[in-house]
Parts: sequence; C-alpha cells; structure tokens
Amino acid sequence: MDKDTLKKEIREFIVDTFLFGEGADSFTDSDSFMQTGIVDSTGILEVTGFIEEKFDFAIENEEMTPVNLDSVDNLVAFISKKVNG
Amino acid sequence: MEFHKNILKIDAEKVCDTICTQIRSQLKNDLHKTGAVVGISGGIDSSVVAALCVKAFGPKRVFGVMMPEKDSADESKSLAEVLADHFGFDTTLESIYKGCEGLGVYDKRDEAIKQVFPDYKPTWKSKIITPTNLLEKETFNFFTVVVETDSGEIREERLPLKPYLQVVAATNYKQRLRMTTLYYHAEKRNWAVMGTGNKDEHMQGFFVKYGDGGTDLKPIAHLYKIQVFQLAEYLGVPNEIINRIPTTDTYSSEVTQEEFFYGLDFYRMDMLWHAMENSVPKEKAAEVLDLTVEQVERAFYNIQRKITATEYLRMEPLEIKG
Repeated sequence: MDKDTLKKEIREFIVDTFLFGEGADSFTDSDSFMQTGIVDSTGILEVTGFIEEKFDFAIENEEMTPVNLDSVDNLVAFISKKVNG
Repeated sequence: MEFHKNILKIDAEKVCDTICTQIRSQLKNDLHKTGAVVGISGGIDSSVVAALCVKAFGPKRVFGVMMPEKDSADESKSLAEVLADHFGFDTTLESIYKGCEGLGVYDKRDEAIKQVFPDYKPTWKSKIITPTNLLEKETFNFFTVVVETDSGEIREERLPLKPYLQVVAATNYKQRLRMTTLYYHAEKRNWAVMGTGNKDEHMQGFFVKYGDGGTDLKPIAHLYKIQVFQLAEYLGVPNEIINRIPTTDTYSSEVTQEEFFYGLDFYRMDMLWHAMENSVPKEKAAEVLDLTVEQVERAFYNIQRKITATEYLRMEPLEIKG
C-alpha cells in the first residue's frame, strides 16, 4: 500500500471513530492526537487494535510510544517501517 | 519560583485545623448532616480521613465501614480494626463478596482475561499493571494483565481494548458497591459520606466515577500523597498503616499503586507535579530531583496527559444549555 493510500485509510479511521465522521479538516497530518484531544489514552488502544488487525502485525510494548502512534504522519511512518521491514 | 527538596513539607497542625474547621462547617451549614461515614480499608488515605473526622466531630459521630471482597488482602480488615480501636469509633463489617458474585463481577472479569489467556482459570491470581519506566521512555499508558497459574508460573500480556475495558468495567463494580453500602449507613443516620481520595488520585483520575468518587465531601483531595503521609504522622495514625505499601486492593495478585497507575514513586511524582503546576523551570526541577531535563519533560507530559484524559471523571453530568 502506498503512503497516500495508507494516510487516507488512517484519517478515515480516526474521523469515523473519534469524530463521528465530522471535522476531517480539523487536524493536520502532523498534529498530535493527544495534544489536540482527538484521541485519549484509551483511544490509543483503539488505534493500535485497528492497526494490528488491518495490517496484520503485532505492536510490541516498547513500540507503544507517541513517536510511533501520536499523529497520522507518525502512524504512516511506523506502519510503513513495520510492513516493509 | 522557589523549589527545593522540602517544598511539599506542610505545617501539619495548621493543615489539620483548616480541614477540621471546614468539614465541620460543611457538614453543619452545607450538608445539614450530623456525622461522618468513612469506608476504611486499612490504607493511609482512609485512615487519615477517619482520624480527621474524629478530630473534627468526635468519635461518636464517626462510623467506619469495612467492605472486603474475595480479592481483598486479609491485612486490610485487620489494619482497619487497628485504626478504629486506636481512634475509638464504631465500625461494621459489610462484605461485598456476595454482591459482587451476584452481579457476576468475577465471571465478567475472568471472561475478559480469557480473551488474552484462553486457559485462564478462576483459581489463578491476576493483576493489571502499567509501564513503570515513565522517566526513561515516553510511552503510552497501556495495560498489561499478569496472571499467576496454580503452579506459580507468571505470564503477562498486553490487554487489547475490549478485554481491557471489560476488566475495568467489571472491577469498577466493587467501588460502586462500596459507595452504595456507605450511603446506606450514612442515610440511616442522616450522616455524610466522606471521600478518601488525595490530590494524586483526584486529579490524575485514579478513582471510579460514582464509586469511590461518589461522596459528599473530599477533605484531602487538595493534598499530595506525600503530604497525606505527613498528616498521618501528625494525627498519630498507627505505624503499621503508615508503613503499608499503597496497593489497589482490587486484584487477586497484590499490585502497588505505582505499578498499577502512577508509574513513578510518590515523592518524585508529587515534586514533579508541583514543579509543573507552579511553572518551575525544568532545569531547576531536574537539578533538585537529580534528574535530566528530558526525564522531567517526560514526567510533565505523562502527568498532564493523565489529568486531561480523566477530566470527564470529575465532571458533573452535562446538561443542555439554552
């Protein structure tokens, strides 16, 4: 999956799950989910569950970090690295 | 901004007088109640609140309720009895075990754990922990279930969202049953239910909404945990209670509050939080606490995140405006 498609899928998941399908333009790809308040710590578990199921890999405990999971850009980079090795 | 190792040292006598004056006034003038009911667990917070109530209202206007269930430590009851004997107030024992069983608390929790460990048996012990290395690494507060099999083997696995939420929802029944039990004893006396949460619990959301958070007064919710210890010393709370390591007393395996929720020892957490609240420069906080600036930043971030994420716990039910 190319990065643009990946980004689109992640944005759709975030908007559908946490914003009731509204306000897709209320956050940029680099905005922190936590700092903007879109996703809280329980929501991060929802994000990780979505990624593990969708992309069929396990996220290790040491990978549960903001650097990997706290924005659309961070997620795209993390998933790309995990999927492509 | 002044910041040094003893910045959170309180004048215990003065703090005690302030609390006693205010809770007397609150009971009399705001709540129109004539005494205080306290859930006593043998822990430091409920012990301090009970002692404050005895000082404010006298022992005859204080009633302690011990509410153990299947996963409570035996020590909880015995220490609560030590406390009541020491301060001279009456108590009752109200096991919530049958209530928990009737509501399926243990079955619901076990069903969730089985989603992670399919061979899990109700005889195994279990607990939930969070990362305790928050100074070393910026990490999210994910939850890990740790089980101890009948043969003593320890296994652990991160909890995915659904079983995590089910474990929490099931175990929160316990605190909510305790709340209803306390209100039974309070209402039949026309007394008030005292909250026992400290500032760490109240502001970082380490309580159950309408469970241990469901009370009439919160007399120590403005005090850091390390200040509660100072108050305990001043009030003469028995040493065996002061020296007990704070646990959740909610899971069958003993789990400390540090490993369950806070991820940091109380002294450093409270000092860092105070620094954050008072805009102490990170460099100064790092110097006083013998940490790096990066560690201070991580702690600030973690504490602030917990406060923000748990705001809904402290909210009153929202009403429609206009």
